[in-house]
Amino acid sequence: MTAASTAMLGQAWRLSPSVALRPEPFGALAYHFGNRRLTFLKRPEMVEVVRSLGDHRDVRSALNAAGVPEAQWPAYVTALQGLADADLIRPRETTEAAA
Amino acid sequence: MSSNEPRSEVAEVVDSAEEEPITAESLIEEVSIDGMCGVY
Amino acid sequence: MTVLDAPDVHQRPATGSLVEQFEFGLDAPICLTWELTYACNLACAHCLSSSGRRDPRELTTAQCERVIDELQRMQVFYVNVGGGEPTIRPDFWHLLEYAVDHQVGVKFSTNGVRISPERARYLASTDYVDVQVSLDGATADVNDYVRGPGSYDTALTALENLAEAGFADAKLSVVVTRHNVAQLDEFKELADRYGATLRLTRLRPSGRGVDVWDELHLLPEQQRVLYDWLMAHGDNVLTGDSFFHLAAFGESLPGLNLCGAGRVVCLIDPVGDVYACPFAIHDSFLAGNVLDDGGFQRVWQHSPLFQQLREPQTGGACASCSFYDTCRGGCMAAKFFTGLPLDGPDPECVQGHGETALAHERTVPAPSQDHSRRTPERRQPVLVQIGRRPEPAEPPVTACAQSPLAGFTPDRDGA
Repeated sequence: MTAASTAMLGQAWRLSPSVALRPEPFGALAYHFGNRRLTFLKRPEMVEVVRSLGDHRDVRSALNAAGVPEAQWPAYVTALQGLADADLIRPRETTEAAA
Repeated sequence: MSSNEPRSEVAEVVDSAEEEPITAESLIEEVSIDGMCGVY
Repeated sequence: MTVLDAPDVHQRPATGSLVEQFEFGLDAPICLTWELTYACNLACAHCLSSSGRRDPRELTTAQCERVIDELQRMQVFYVNVGGGEPTIRPDFWHLLEYAVDHQVGVKFSTNGVRISPERARYLASTDYVDVQVSLDGATADVNDYVRGPGSYDTALTALENLAEAGFADAKLSVVVTRHNVAQLDEFKELADRYGATLRLTRLRPSGRGVDVWDELHLLPEQQRVLYDWLMAHGDNVLTGDSFFHLAAFGESLPGLNLCGAGRVVCLIDPVGDVYACPFAIHDSFLAGNVLDDGGFQRVWQHSPLFQQLREPQTGGACASCSFYDTCRGGCMAAKFFTGLPLDGPDPECVQGHGETALAHERTVPAPSQDHSRRTPERRQPVLVQIGRRPEPAEPPVTACAQSPLAGFTPDRDGA
């Protein structure tokens, strides 16, 4: 993993407030009402990770809780960075407690 | 949180997950909200 | 919410491309078109909904609010409101606010008639509302030929008012025709001038479009021009995925490249009827009505028509073509309204298979309904009058030559 990816594992993130997450048979649909970007989360584990980001102290904990094998973490973190680029997820302020 | 549940008749998911290599592309895919045919 | 008793034999794979997943259907549409009224101040020659006269069974304000409530429950994120001209419904602005207040984003499609400076300022102050102004010519002569005298001015005035009010990123939506395909650069300039995003969409032989399709649809070489232009300049240009049939030229254009009808999109019409697609307003594509038991959700999830559309498509006569994977056989509505079989080529198939199919004996379906104005009006486009005159040089089967076997329905919408 890149240094940035490794760093992300230890960071606290959450779903952006103007994002709606809608479950679908194959995963979920994430829509950002502000920038109107539409992203499909294609695996149930990915959905669970994204949905629960705000509940965990960091990305690593969310991945563990969702049962994602460590070998798959690089792919998941890359995907999360993609979501961050679209502002679907945002870093939590360090003083914020897990929701 | 959502009130929607997958309909059982199409939710029978064939799990071939173990055989698939996991890449970021297999986890997320972005689509333009304008990129669906049938909306004028 | 009820669940079907009989289990579906088609199993949805856990992985696979998004297109493959969508072809099985979704629990709710991603976005849908909602025509609020068949009333319209214009009489565009190619109107896909044959609008003009209000239908007496039009949904009431309260009924519309119930539909919005349902869309909210289903988490439909975005509704494209159109018509007719939606802004001439007296409760339009109320319904707009109601939708936004209930987490349903709205884009509305308008000819601009009600977008005054005051309304533009209101829109600029509102989140989650997008405005799409229709225009079919970069110059008044080209535009008004199809949309009627004064319509060009109305549209540009609306764009001007929106820009002046600080409304960001309106959409300028153009139906590409034989007469305006040479103006693509000018359309882009127009959009840029008003701070808007250009949107180009395909002309389908739907509604009144079937009457003028022979004159207006792109010639084969023009399809190539359009495709090349989109590949070269299309970065900031939207298409609503309406040109996926052009994927057979080579590289796919951005978008799902998939017919969304009944799978990811649908239409709710002014009387609450649910159709697979706004370009398929016909009894053959009518899935139900939102006023039925179970409302819109039941229609979307359980109507036999939509179940059928969500079955795997085999390609039919197109299956042997090497381009089928990219073009997916083209547009269902384009095939239906030109009387072509749905499991065969699109009438504008870029490989030429459509032309071959069109040359065969075919029956163009009779319209299921028509909300066009009955009497000619001052503001009627020139093309409407020309289009209805029978031309001796036309091929034997035309939209005007309605065979008695063409599915005449005695209880057509009249009054």
